[in-house]
Amino acid sequence: MPLFNEEQQNQLRQERSRWENTTLAKTLAHKPERQSQFITTSSVPVRRLYTPLDIADSDYRRDLGMPGEYPYTRGVHSTMYRGKLWTMRMFAGFGTAEETNQRYKYLLSQGNMGLSVAFDMPTLYGYDSDAPEALGEFGKCGVAVSSLADMETLFDGIPMGEVSTSMTINSPAAILWAMYIVAAEKQGFPRQQQRGTIQNDILKEYIAQKEFLFPPTPSMRLVTDTIEFGAREMPQWNTISISGYHIREAGATAVQELAFTLADGFAYVEAALERGLDIDEFAPRLSFFFNAHNDLFEEIAKFRAARRIWARAMREKYAAKNPRSWLLRTHAQTAGVSLTTHQPENNIVRVAIQALAAILGGTQSLHTNSMDEALALPSEKAVTIALRTQQILAHESGVANTIDPLAGSYYVEQFTNQMEEAANDIFRRIAGFGGVIPAIEAGFFQREIADAAYQYQMEIDTHQRTIVGSNDYVDDEPIAIPLLKMDPAGYDRQIARLQRVRAERDHSAVQKALADLSNCARGTDNLMPPIIAAVRAYATLGEITNVFRHVFGEYHEPAYF
Amino acid sequence: MKRKIRVLVAKPGLDGHDRGAKVVARALRDAGFEVIYTGIRQTPAMIAEAALQEDVDVVGLSILSGAHMVLAPKVKQALNEQGMDDVLILLGGIIPDEDVPTLQAMGIKGVFGPGTPTPQIVKFILQELAEPVT
Amino acid sequence: MAHPQLNTLAGLVSALLAGNRRALARIISHIEDNTALAQPLLAALYPRAGQAHIIGITGAPGTGKSTLVNGLAGLYRQRRLSVGIIAVDPTSPFSGGALLGDRVRMRDLAGDPGVFIRSMATRGSLGGLAQATADVIMVLDAAGFERIIIETVGVGQSEVEIASTAYTTVVVEAPGLGDEVQAIKAGVLEIADIFAVNKADREGADRTVMALKMMLNLGIPDKYQIMHHGRMLPVTLPLASAPDQQWIPPVYKTVATQKQGISELLEGIEEHHRYLVASGRRQLRSHLRAATELRMILRDTLLDRVLAELGTAAIDAMVHAVAQRQIDPYTAVKQWVAAYNHRPTT
Repeated sequence: MPLFNEEQQNQLRQERSRWENTTLAKTLAHKPERQSQFITTSSVPVRRLYTPLDIADSDYRRDLGMPGEYPYTRGVHSTMYRGKLWTMRMFAGFGTAEETNQRYKYLLSQGNMGLSVAFDMPTLYGYDSDAPEALGEFGKCGVAVSSLADMETLFDGIPMGEVSTSMTINSPAAILWAMYIVAAEKQGFPRQQQRGTIQNDILKEYIAQKEFLFPPTPSMRLVTDTIEFGAREMPQWNTISISGYHIREAGATAVQELAFTLADGFAYVEAALERGLDIDEFAPRLSFFFNAHNDLFEEIAKFRAARRIWARAMREKYAAKNPRSWLLRTHAQTAGVSLTTHQPENNIVRVAIQALAAILGGTQSLHTNSMDEALALPSEKAVTIALRTQQILAHESGVANTIDPLAGSYYVEQFTNQMEEAANDIFRRIAGFGGVIPAIEAGFFQREIADAAYQYQMEIDTHQRTIVGSNDYVDDEPIAIPLLKMDPAGYDRQIARLQRVRAERDHSAVQKALADLSNCARGTDNLMPPIIAAVRAYATLGEITNVFRHVFGEYHEPAYF
Repeated sequence: MKRKIRVLVAKPGLDGHDRGAKVVARALRDAGFEVIYTGIRQTPAMIAEAALQEDVDVVGLSILSGAHMVLAPKVKQALNEQGMDDVLILLGGIIPDEDVPTLQAMGIKGVFGPGTPTPQIVKFILQELAEPVT
Repeated sequence: MAHPQLNTLAGLVSALLAGNRRALARIISHIEDNTALAQPLLAALYPRAGQAHIIGITGAPGTGKSTLVNGLAGLYRQRRLSVGIIAVDPTSPFSGGALLGDRVRMRDLAGDPGVFIRSMATRGSLGGLAQATADVIMVLDAAGFERIIIETVGVGQSEVEIASTAYTTVVVEAPGLGDEVQAIKAGVLEIADIFAVNKADREGADRTVMALKMMLNLGIPDKYQIMHHGRMLPVTLPLASAPDQQWIPPVYKTVATQKQGISELLEGIEEHHRYLVASGRRQLRSHLRAATELRMILRDTLLDRVLAELGTAAIDAMVHAVAQRQIDPYTAVKQWVAAYNHRPTT
């Protein structure tokens, strides 16, 4: 089903050159354009005009299809937001479990539909709150969870079998997941009823976010163990959220974000296949997480291309039979890196545009950043505005009324095709290194990202790129928004709880659980059961991670520029 | 030969967000400085040791985790203990305005938030180092 | 200022000899920046140097040199030998700045008072770099470091020159970087006393080892004859050993990130060190180096003097004339030397 036949194309070609030689030429003669070149946020050149000629090779059925059908370019559901709005899922966490528990209850009362846990730095690195390495970091950019007791407090009064919970945790993901599973079981919810996502995407840590602990091989084993455990025991959990968000935040372009993320996804698929799992056993539980940046159409094209590339690969390359294995379901978050410290209220507008891009791109859930996040963790007021932004888009803008409203836009369709082609080129380069892990070890991703980040900054510094309130339209107004204040007594309360846990638990049970875990780590059995046993015995995050640090070793990367 | 300005760029603490540190390191290189990049997860003692061995004029820290009020003074203290109280210390990252005066009083002379154009950092270094050395 | 004594020649020298690391770092800066204190410092320290074993580590980018240096230094520390490290990286020809990131791979050595790491940028002129590096090595030597490792990117003549300041040069190769043996192209094969095939867990490592061994079988000219090339001072050298004591460069396989093969490599370096001493080649080497150094310094000193006497305008005019082929360069220099010899006496 070609979109335009030969005759239509020929007529259009004539029409376009006539316009170029008359109307356009006349205008340009007395009023040249504002810039000699126009580029997207990712520095991709944009043409003056797009016409059907730019998508002449497209085929409706092959490249677009119907919503809820292969190749899912137009969306993963047949009714999209007419059936169910995206999940408004605000990422939150700070200080102690008590403080964050209060924030969750507030968010749920304001129409937030799913929880999303932000952990603090020590937790992300598998340290207990009182570890020397945690100095100064407690509760600063998320909530501290050092043991099952903290997890129980975090969800106190929140029914863990009814709410869906996403946890942004990677190197120690298996351990935090085990804490969640046990806490929910203690609330009376069996594993089958528990719903949510663990980020658990270690490859992007090596590529971009750098929160790695162990070398790639044992890290991939931990990920594959969770995928396997999830496929067998946790039918409603997404055991991995393959994340481009952090790759983008680290400086990648839109197409790099797209290609690196999907390449990571393929690497996880291949690891699970090697483990002996059937593709349709685990693929439906893989989920994604993309960034929504400033450039509206570039972002929309990225989301649409992502679905199409994934579906094609899963069906054609990996031979998945279940249509649910072909679906790329994604969470999105607006671009933290786009927020400015100056004139922070402007960030509300940026976030609204970025959120619009994610929605027009067909996301399944969305976090909107708060205006104050270039300064500190968000205040309740700022979070509420960010959540309201989504609600206004959902209920007032009309964009949720029809499916994939930008399909058929010559620009968006051409950009979607261009994204797919560019991503395929990057896949070939990665294959040239022998896959994702060898490419990481050669510094390929890291260099590409560093180069893109530097180019972007140079465009700002040389005023080729305007950032309102930052390098243009600058004023000297003092920043006048109230910032979040954390409970200064929180640290002591956290340490007291941790010490109580260590004092009151059954010590021999903890020792036995940790020894079992160590033995399992040295072998090849799935690590989830002994992790769950250790967590249940109130072994702390630091103790469990130390077992792994000991058995697996620690990873350090050289710096790539 | 003209004296080269040497700058150490380091990330203390745990946070691995090294985009800003790397972009600034490259920009300083392109401004003609010699930049020693020590990377992520540096302790204050490691930073002070590297600053001493490399005999740098400037130490640039990048902290995005919110731990700056604890970590930056520790670095300053470690530098002082090495007799490097004359080194110019800069801090970049997510720093609330209200923390800036406190940091400056501690001797963290330049504080730069997200979105700072890199020429501004170069200019600041050149101005600070141009003062007569006593 | 916290340490006013570090601003004077005597203060710096006595602090250095007392083990003050700040003084060491400052002295290196004086030398790198070629300040007024540089030559007096070198003069004061020169008699105290000469004890260290100097090891050059060179190889193409991506071969894992820094990680290898990290491993070697760690092992030397286990043997209670102090280690000074100089990591040389190129200066950007566009900005004159440099981005020096080798320390990242040497984090295991942090906090060890028996280790001193200094990153150095090449800063322009080639011959000048070799001299500056030799001077910095000398300072570390005078400061009492027992092993001094100098790491350079092996891509060309400048690295060959820097490596010539080392007693033992290790050329690092890695499989899978395109060419089977990068050193051939780079022209640094001949300077190797030892080869390390790093990343030996990768595919192609055995091929790299084979290729190297084959080349070694073809016969490599004696390193010291190579160094002998070019113009030397007319100097009588101490006799080298008998030909049967010829050193055949061994090839080691290493995986620096896993600390595999490092102790064997270190043993090889120490074995070479013993060989140099026993065969009299260490002494020969010192003589050759002294001769080269003297020649270079003499050349630079005379050059600076002549150029200063002539002045920029005269130099520009002559360059223009030669470029326009109005005069040939040999005659031009003859005229310059004549002008210098007949300069007005003050």
